[in-house]
Amino acid sequence: MRQPVSNPRAVEGRRDGILLQVSHASKTFDVSPPWLARTLGRQPRQLLRAVDDVTFDIRRGETLGLVGESGCGKSTVARLIVGLYRLSAGTIAYAGADIGALAAGGGDRALRRKLQMIFQDPYASLNPRWRVVDIVAEPIRAHALVRGREAIRARVDALLVQVGLAAADGQKYPHQFSGGQRQRISIARALASEPEFLVCDEPTSALDVSVQAQVLNLMRDLQRALGLTYLFISHNLAIVHHIANRVGVMYLGRLVELADKPALFARPEHPYTRMLLDAIPDLAMSGRARTPVAGEVPNPLAPPPGCTFHPRCPYANERCRTEVPLLKAAPSGGIVACHAVEERRMGSDTVFPR
Amino acid sequence: MALIAPPKAATGAASAPLLDVRHLRVEFPTRGGVLTAVDDVSLQIAPGEVLGVVGESGAGKSLTGAAIIGLLEPPGHIAAGEIHLDGQRIDRLSHDEMRRVRGRRIGAIFQDPLASLDPLYSIGDQLVETIRTHLDLGEAAARQRAIELLQEVGIPGAARRIDHYPHQFSGGMRQRVVIALALAAQPQLIIADEPTTALDVSIQAQIIALLKRLCRDHGTAVMLITHDMGVIAETADRVAVMYAGRIVEIGPVAGVIRAPKHPYTIGLMGSIPTIAGERERLAQIDGTMPRLTAIPSGCPFHPRCERAFDRCLRERPDLLDAGASRAACWLYAGEER
Repeated sequence: MRQPVSNPRAVEGRRDGILLQVSHASKTFDVSPPWLARTLGRQPRQLLRAVDDVTFDIRRGETLGLVGESGCGKSTVARLIVGLYRLSAGTIAYAGADIGALAAGGGDRALRRKLQMIFQDPYASLNPRWRVVDIVAEPIRAHALVRGREAIRARVDALLVQVGLAAADGQKYPHQFSGGQRQRISIARALASEPEFLVCDEPTSALDVSVQAQVLNLMRDLQRALGLTYLFISHNLAIVHHIANRVGVMYLGRLVELADKPALFARPEHPYTRMLLDAIPDLAMSGRARTPVAGEVPNPLAPPPGCTFHPRCPYANERCRTEVPLLKAAPSGGIVACHAVEERRMGSDTVFPR
Repeated sequence: MALIAPPKAATGAASAPLLDVRHLRVEFPTRGGVLTAVDDVSLQIAPGEVLGVVGESGAGKSLTGAAIIGLLEPPGHIAAGEIHLDGQRIDRLSHDEMRRVRGRRIGAIFQDPLASLDPLYSIGDQLVETIRTHLDLGEAAARQRAIELLQEVGIPGAARRIDHYPHQFSGGMRQRVVIALALAAQPQLIIADEPTTALDVSIQAQIIALLKRLCRDHGTAVMLITHDMGVIAETADRVAVMYAGRIVEIGPVAGVIRAPKHPYTIGLMGSIPTIAGERERLAQIDGTMPRLTAIPSGCPFHPRCERAFDRCLRERPDLLDAGASRAACWLYAGEER
């Protein structure tokens, strides 16, 4: 039996070994016009709920994939976790300690060191005026992990080799490297502070496929060698399938489904998850008939009432148009926020048989 | 071999290609010497056929498309080869003659729909202008046709939306408008360069389905340039794989995807994550595509190829028969005879 739960984590069980806990996290951006324009034009304040009441855990040593289309809030979640944005509501705890304070510039420096981020654009995330050796050495110096010029130099050399570059590359500048090599430098910089947890925001989406494969393989090798935990954010379900142990799906700021990877891909519950899976181009050329779901993501400034997916959902009814679905335990073992799933409205004739 | 007269007559099973590119070579003169970005590329597209052109950044796929529609950015230019459209040579046309070919006979769809649309004009103005430039229609008839086109590409409320400006459309809807513009003059060929790359996956699926349906309905041939093998698998009849400015493999799409022949294609296919099956590691092609300033001798892939031998270092391979497709690889030299 499904039960409504205020704490989705209670139904997901297995609380052991949890490294990161995101609880009812929300982030609201004020996107109002300037005060004068607002006053003269009698316009109201406009608030954008980029992340709305999101709750999930990440266990030590696993990779949680977070997928969704542009504007679903997945990158905002990443930035909330590493403290680049301040939470509007809710809490984020790392190894039991509240890290909401990180965003205020405070918090425990030792804790901050353990969470690092790899960004999407390897061209924008490296300072073009610094040599690679200085880019990678900066976290080592900032956290005083190694002391002495020679020792720092040796540590940087070892990091560069670890990510598949040469120690001599340290003397070069970022522009002398290709996109894939730059992403390796970003990874070396993230590893320099000896982190436990890496937030990876679309780390390969700017790369060619053969280079992407190199970086994904490297990330997996590093995870194994260093016991890292990843939050891996991507719009590409195939990549998430490759790298993640568990997968969360976001739509318009909300988490709509979260399950172990095999369950999510074999038995997607939420109609949006099914739609995303169905939209993956079919490399196997099975001749499977695709039914692209009509419509587009609504304007996040004026999200639809009730379930925000209802205008595009083939199973929506009156309840979906008025009542926000909560995350509840699903037969697949994961959690899903969908009235149609709960009421078994979809029957067994899944539209997207796989 | 007489030229078959009416260009729009369905050629059916006839073998005359609509587009025939022969030994195309695109060069960029620089202070450091001449760079060859497209090197001896030959390909044909039959009427109504979708040819996918796939490759990684710098493979020369977009430049091949730009050369065909005469939109190479100077100092880039066609240094050798010929391009024939429906029997007419088009690579030597004057600027004005080429403008008439573009739009009327070859439509273009680019990655960024905003860059293809003028922000200062309503989409109706842009459609009507394109239609009246190429077709002999009055203002009212052109507007009526514009509305029909918008309906055909799936824009809801087309009669009202026609007076809206590009910024009032979402990314997916803008790309639909661009497709409507490309189809406005009923061209025989559409060059689509990464048409879905800037779009979200669900919108991408809609646009692919739309392109497929429209081209089937109108019998339009398509050259689909993309880095995404998945899009090729969904859409194309045949595929050409490019590497370092050359075609390394070309053949029916099912053959190339299921049983790739060239070592580069094999590596490329293995490096794509899929949701079918579990793989611990992805196949990895070490190294990167060579820069144009340092293209290796012989087969340009040989420094990254596990199966390279002496001949690959010395001699450049032509496209050789390799099963269902043709591959530029000396491994298949035995099958040639």
